[in-house]
Amino acid sequence: MSKYGQSFSPVVAGSALGSQAPAPVTPKSVPHRGGEPNPSAAAIGQQFAGAVKRVDVVWGETTVYIDRDRVHDVIRWLHDDASQQYDYLSDVTAVEFRDLEQPLEVVWHLRSLPYRRFLRVKVQLEKGTPLDVPSVWDIYRGADWMEREAYDMFGITFAGHPDLRRLLMWEQYSEGYPLRKDFPLRGRFSRSEQLRQALAANPEARYSQDELSIAEAFEDLPADMRRRLQRGDKVGE
Amino acid sequence: MGLSPRPEPHFVETTGNEPWITTKLDAFINWGRSNSLWPMPFGTACCAIEFMATAASKYDIARFGMERQAFSPRQADLLICAGRVPFKLAPVLRRIWQQMPQPKWCISMGACASTGGMFDNYAVVQGIDSIIPVDVYVPGCPPRPEGLLYGIMMLQKKVMNERSGDKSLRNEMEPDPKSQLYIAPSVIDEVSEPFGNSIHQTRSGL
Repeated sequence: MSKYGQSFSPVVAGSALGSQAPAPVTPKSVPHRGGEPNPSAAAIGQQFAGAVKRVDVVWGETTVYIDRDRVHDVIRWLHDDASQQYDYLSDVTAVEFRDLEQPLEVVWHLRSLPYRRFLRVKVQLEKGTPLDVPSVWDIYRGADWMEREAYDMFGITFAGHPDLRRLLMWEQYSEGYPLRKDFPLRGRFSRSEQLRQALAANPEARYSQDELSIAEAFEDLPADMRRRLQRGDKVGE
Repeated sequence: MGLSPRPEPHFVETTGNEPWITTKLDAFINWGRSNSLWPMPFGTACCAIEFMATAASKYDIARFGMERQAFSPRQADLLICAGRVPFKLAPVLRRIWQQMPQPKWCISMGACASTGGMFDNYAVVQGIDSIIPVDVYVPGCPPRPEGLLYGIMMLQKKVMNERSGDKSLRNEMEPDPKSQLYIAPSVIDEVSEPFGNSIHQTRSGL
């Protein structure tokens, strides 16, 4: 038993559809708008009255706009409920539009492998309000770095994230959030100031031995590999 | 076996008339240095793929005395920076350069390493010559292996023409604000604002 809890169990795509389900085919003609919506969209509307603001179907993909305060409950239900089983979070990101009046959007891309469904969940954050959404790290561990990236690039805080730091830019980066529309392409500081600040950074302080260490993964290795490593044998030969 | 017998090794006669030559010490040292450069690839992008092609059998930089690729800066004397360098990597690249022992040279491979290339944005260093000294710039996006080989041969020519008595070649200077030659970054910004240069380009309005 590893420290991550339950043992590995394989997920079979389409297993919830039953053995009579037809094999998946690539759709031939998909309308731009107004296609068949994902049944999960209606199910969310029934389960959480008033939480769904809008449902869009674009090129066969369903987008559900959810109320900010209820998005965590909705995603938790989508993940846990036996009739949904959205077990894979493929992306967390954000969108800002060139129209500065338009609200900023946080996007979750959810996939249900057992039902072969894809659902895009969005939350709109009005300009001038705090950019604050709940973290889904407690549901999907994979959200960790994706939420850090969205925080780094857009300045969106994910409440409940265990370690919300910048991911791509360095921690002392003080020019703002690069993917926001009010951010100048070349940054806010002059090139020489940017270079001075970058060179003043101490690489050893940023890439600590702890962060690079794989020693803590030792316990998760298979027993025979641990024995060989403890004896000092070479592996992979 | 089908193989011809190994020839007897030829020994130089240790008595009598030994062959000898005269040469300048510089020429001899530089000949040795230029034909046994130990390159350290610092590959960050697609230029590194072309570098690998250059090192592989078809282009084979072993023909130029670069049989040994150094993956430690402490055992290298040629830094080949292949690819764009973001600001986050700038202190790392400078540290690697400082770890290399003298004598050492640097090739900036490709448009991004030399000028920032198409990445004229908030994240990318606009030319590694603002971090470390560069001997040869290889243009291209990415340069073909022939281009890199040509750059390497240019560097070999440069090494051949060095004078070992000239200590200034090996001086490593940190910018000293007390020096008369020091120009503060703010002054550089101010002077270069209307024109733009590789470090400071004309700013966009937004």
